[in-house]
Amino acid sequence: MPVVEVEHLTGRYGDVVAVDDVSFTAPAATVTAVLGPNGAGKTSTIECCEGYRVPTSGTVRVAGLDPIADRAALARRIGVMLQDGSLYTAITPREALRLFASYYDRARDPEELLSFVGLAERGSARWRTLSGGEQQRLNLALALVGRPTVVFLDEPTAGVDVSGRRLIGRLIVELAREGTTVVLTTHDLAEVEALAQRIVIIDHGRLVADDTAEALLSGDTSRSFTFRAAAGLDTASMSAAVGAMVTPTDGRYRVDASPSPSTVAALTAWLADRDVLLDDLQAGRQQLEQVFLSLTEDGANEDLASDRAESAGARSHRRAGSNRRRATR
Amino acid sequence: MKAIAAQVRAELTLTARNGEQFLVNLLIPLGLLVLFSKVKVLVSDTARPVDFLAPAVLALAVMSSALVSLGISTGFERYYKILKRLGTTPLGRGRWIASKVIAVLVIELAQWAVLIGVALVLGWSPDPRGWVTAVLAALAGTAAFGGLALLMAGTLSGMANLAVCNGLYLVLMVTGGMVIPLERMPGMIRHISEALPAAALAEVVIGSLRTDAHVPGSAWPVLLAWAVVAPAAAAVTFRWD
Repeated sequence: MPVVEVEHLTGRYGDVVAVDDVSFTAPAATVTAVLGPNGAGKTSTIECCEGYRVPTSGTVRVAGLDPIADRAALARRIGVMLQDGSLYTAITPREALRLFASYYDRARDPEELLSFVGLAERGSARWRTLSGGEQQRLNLALALVGRPTVVFLDEPTAGVDVSGRRLIGRLIVELAREGTTVVLTTHDLAEVEALAQRIVIIDHGRLVADDTAEALLSGDTSRSFTFRAAAGLDTASMSAAVGAMVTPTDGRYRVDASPSPSTVAALTAWLADRDVLLDDLQAGRQQLEQVFLSLTEDGANEDLASDRAESAGARSHRRAGSNRRRATR
Repeated sequence: MKAIAAQVRAELTLTARNGEQFLVNLLIPLGLLVLFSKVKVLVSDTARPVDFLAPAVLALAVMSSALVSLGISTGFERYYKILKRLGTTPLGRGRWIASKVIAVLVIELAQWAVLIGVALVLGWSPDPRGWVTAVLAALAGTAAFGGLALLMAGTLSGMANLAVCNGLYLVLMVTGGMVIPLERMPGMIRHISEALPAAALAEVVIGSLRTDAHVPGSAWPVLLAWAVVAPAAAAVTFRWD
């Protein structure tokens, strides 16, 4: 039973279509990552789940509730961590947790939460003196104080150093294990790989992928590949030779088979017989590839794009892959 | 109730920790009261300055807390997305507003206690029959200035709100009969001021607490009109994010 259900969600704000027909679900007690480059529509999608934005069309259910119509009931079931959300500058972590605890009937103990997020020593420091990582951990603790069924974490590790990221990552994994449903947005592929069981990819407001982390990260979704060659080739003959449907698209050809060595060998043999040059072979879903590339160009430290192009067998060499990324295109 | 009590306590703690808030809420009214009670530059008639200044700074104190203190703090809470964050907690808008109102009233009570005590030491002798009117005027003034504060905090960006709150405070303080008696203002400025909430509040509080003065006829209607219109305008225009 999914805790978050988004169906055909569209959000038009002014002239901008921020979210365009997006559907996905987040299963209970798992971490679902909403991934995409900056400005892709991640935050707009999450804000429709939190009740901040009214969808133009489509439906959203969170813990069985409508975020707009059941706003008051939903507030008792969710925890929210805003992107660059700040706090009263002079408040201390202990005071902030006690304050937020007073909003709920059955709140978690502030002292226990301070320890959980590793801020027991900093409980009496003012907000403005906390480091970026400490502020984000306090934000996370504030999202948890009401024992939420589901937490929405918008860029939980933005501006946090490496050790801080690891700590927040461990806390997120721990939360899901305790039964909390976690939905987080990020453009950090490493974070997704480490934390998420389910991945939703959004680009330009549209859903690009919605799958298990395992399937997406191992590249099992590439059931087709494309290549460029001279126009007007006999696709019926080519299809027979490679053992899969070949169709011309946008000046390229698409082969509906995974780019296994035998398929590619059959294709190159057929082309060689006719003295046709094979150019620019691209594996995987085109859109997914594009998203991953723009993500990595955003400065994320992992390089999933080259990973995917190189096939799952070469995973151990992933970190070396960034240098070869241009070459694979 | 638990949430409102905790929220009020937090609002008051944070106000007490903020140096500028302390300055606006207490040091400015107190400084003006003490200084100009001793230096006879502002009051033309032969009466003792403290008899004008004490009720005048009581009105000023209401404007300090309800307009400047509330306006600036709420503006920054909106700018830093604190209000947005509270929007997904069970606190809710009703209890948030109730907490803000209670916090402002508690601050005003403290301001009045200190200012009245100091004024009495300075030799002030207020008209004891005027207190009920003065307190009612303070409540109406709190609604008027609180409405204006939330109107600005709920529509302007963080820095613009800060500038407008401070600028308005200074202009209203000088022209609103809270430091300089209204009758010493040039005709044009005086007519404009009389239509604004600062002068209306000052006239009612001064008129009711001075034994040798009365409340001018236009002051109450002007004050009550602002007390209704400003919060209504804020309620319509306020943006939480």
